Amino acid sequence: MLNKNFYLILIISAVFGISFWIGFNVNLLPVEASINAPIYDELFKILFIIGLIIFIGMTIAVIYSLFKFRKRKDQFGDGIALEGNLSLEIVWTIIPSIIVLIIGLYSYNIYDRMGGMKELNHSHEMMTTNTEKIWAGISQASNNEVASNNLSVEVSAMQFAFLFNYPKGEFISGELHVPVDHKVSMKMESKDVIHAFWVPEFRIKQDIIPGQPTILNFTPTKVGKYPIICAELCGPYHGGMRASIIVEKESDYKDWFNKNTKTEVSL
Amino acid sequence: MTISIDSQDPNTNSLQPKGWLRYFSFSLDHKVIGIQYLVCGFLFYLIGGTLASAIRIELASPMSDFMPRDVYNQVLTLHGTIMIFLWIVPVVNGAFGNYLIPFYVGARDMAFPRLNAVAFWLIPPSGLMLVASYFVEGAAQAGWTAYPPLSITTPQSGQIIWIMSVLLLGGSSIFGGINFIATIIKLRRPGLKLMQLPMYCWAMLGTSLLVVLSTPVLAGTLILLSFDIVAHTGFFNPVLGGNVVVYQHLFWFYSHPAVYIMVLPAFGLVSEILPVHSRKPLFGYTTMVFSIMGIVVLGLVVWAHHMFTSGTPPWMRLFFTIATAFIAVPTGIKFFNWVATLWGGKISINSAMLFSCGFIINFVFGGITGVALAQVPFDIHVHDTYFVVAHFHYIVYGGTVFIIFSSIYHWFPKVTGKLMSEKLGILHFAITFIGFNLCFAPQHWLGLNGMPRRVAEYDPQFQFVNQISSVGALLMAISTIPFLVNIFLSIKNGKDSGDNPWNALTPEWLTSSPPPVENWEGEAPLVEEPYGYGKPINQEN
Repeated sequence: MLNKNFYLILIISAVFGISFWIGFNVNLLPVEASINAPIYDELFKILFIIGLIIFIGMTIAVIYSLFKFRKRKDQFGDGIALEGNLSLEIVWTIIPSIIVLIIGLYSYNIYDRMGGMKELNHSHEMMTTNTEKIWAGISQASNNEVASNNLSVEVSAMQFAFLFNYPKGEFISGELHVPVDHKVSMKMESKDVIHAFWVPEFRIKQDIIPGQPTILNFTPTKVGKYPIICAELCGPYHGGMRASIIVEKESDYKDWFNKNTKTEVSL
Repeated sequence: MTISIDSQDPNTNSLQPKGWLRYFSFSLDHKVIGIQYLVCGFLFYLIGGTLASAIRIELASPMSDFMPRDVYNQVLTLHGTIMIFLWIVPVVNGAFGNYLIPFYVGARDMAFPRLNAVAFWLIPPSGLMLVASYFVEGAAQAGWTAYPPLSITTPQSGQIIWIMSVLLLGGSSIFGGINFIATIIKLRRPGLKLMQLPMYCWAMLGTSLLVVLSTPVLAGTLILLSFDIVAHTGFFNPVLGGNVVVYQHLFWFYSHPAVYIMVLPAFGLVSEILPVHSRKPLFGYTTMVFSIMGIVVLGLVVWAHHMFTSGTPPWMRLFFTIATAFIAVPTGIKFFNWVATLWGGKISINSAMLFSCGFIINFVFGGITGVALAQVPFDIHVHDTYFVVAHFHYIVYGGTVFIIFSSIYHWFPKVTGKLMSEKLGILHFAITFIGFNLCFAPQHWLGLNGMPRRVAEYDPQFQFVNQISSVGALLMAISTIPFLVNIFLSIKNGKDSGDNPWNALTPEWLTSSPPPVENWEGEAPLVEEPYGYGKPINQEN
């Protein structure tokens, strides 16, 4: 009996060990390039490890049963007449409930840290008109000191392109240029059908819905060029509806901005 | 032929055609209708599978080069619609439900045989109409979700035919649901208690409740959408002041429960198959019943998790996260109970058993990604990407379709009186299992790394992984060959199975195989313990 328990404990620790090892060593996600990204990846890692433990455990249980309890050639008759085990069933009702509850509360915490629970309506100067209702995507507060210098961009999505209007510079660009470590606040509107704004490296996505202007805030943390992808089926060229976001050093961004701007405004 | 339910000699008053012709007739026999559903569904599965292969061929290269872009969108729309409304829903509900439920409740037929035949005969015309819409002005191309405004602005004839077709199929589904509820509640043999019914009856009761409660909402929504398209009303058209998010709420109020309409019957079927082949009672009958009903209730209040990026308010996102994640609890109970059913049994490793175990493994995987997707912050990154595509194929293919195959292997001797070839069956399982996982497991990575769904072209860095996925799809296509060969060979030259080749205790096996027209020569047997394996009185020898 001791022997049996010993093997059980050995297998369970092996499952946990393998799951933790994979969870910490296998990276399935792209580069982290915004404040949201490391928070997202933290949640991903936890869910990945819990998922692996359950999946590997269940798979082992099924394959072991098939092997151990297979009917041998010389065997007749039925298995044991076991119709249930109330305490066991209570255990595997309560433990998953607790796990699910903890995951739910934890992901609420993650969502809050991403700024998802914030009401957006007081933080943005472009949107406080009484006539239109503004919807909120993720809003991540910046930890940068110069957060008051929010960069505001108006995004128009149409079949099959994104256009970025820089109101302060009075110009429109096909590429989104933003300075690193600055909070960017976008007001997004669609001209025709539903589109979505997705930057995988930022771990943010927001549908752009016609008739429903939507705010999406983010703070990039890594200089580089990343794809902006439309993620909602919008027509035949949906797969080609992409743009680039260029995160650059503040000085580079200023150069680009001054080159394009029609009015002489400094940031 | 079910005109007189109490008839002792049903064959004499039959006006229906005999032989293979009856499968093309307006037969009222629930067994004939069940087979009609199954074969019709399988033909549409072949069409939907061909479309899936076309998608995977297109995605084998990063450029859009295999077919025109708008045709690609039509293909993915038809693939989704056909697989859901013409293959999975009709087969797990209509085919197995019609064949098995009257046996399980000890009846000679369904409660409303004519309604039953009407429900089936709505399917072939609406399916053909859907497929034929390609030749009019192009089929619908707004995805199976038909989100406005895209569905309003794309070519109209295809979208209208799509709506008509889905409305008819929804009607068929509602007719079936009403019939199942009435049969299970009212046609039970005297003395048979609800808590003695085989688990598939409970699954069908729960499923039919979902069908009856949620399908009318879809019907109403699609009618409003068709008004927007033909009469230029403004329910969902933002140009005329409509609200597109309202459409999404209404659509998912049906289409999320539709997932349970597709998987709950599979849960019921696997609960019938596992005890028979492992020679053990179904573990935890009562908790199984309560978890089905728990899934039904929770399944109705989780729809907005499809809309976490659509600008829903924060509190709503939180509620739907918690509600969705909690579905994992009753579902988890069922999976633990199935593994406990295997534990300590005397398991025959045959095709039916392998497909059922493949189902458990695939579905656990799909369930885990499902709990992850329920979390708003997680979903926001992977929503509308290949991660989601992979997740729901693990649920509906790795889950339900595996169980459809398992059930065909299990009940084939019942329907034909012949055994299927185990060698070909195990080959079928091996190719399907490997091909399926090769096709869909890599798609999780694609979604996480930036490949959205429903695209004909993608970033070239994803080409290699997409090609692995396409090879998997090729294997899945090939796996149909041993299956079809097996079916035809077994019908023609299969070994005689006898009435009850598995020594099963559920009522459908307690009559001859194939069964007589009104199911039993005499009175229906009273089966109080459909899972009484291992008891001395039931020991096989």
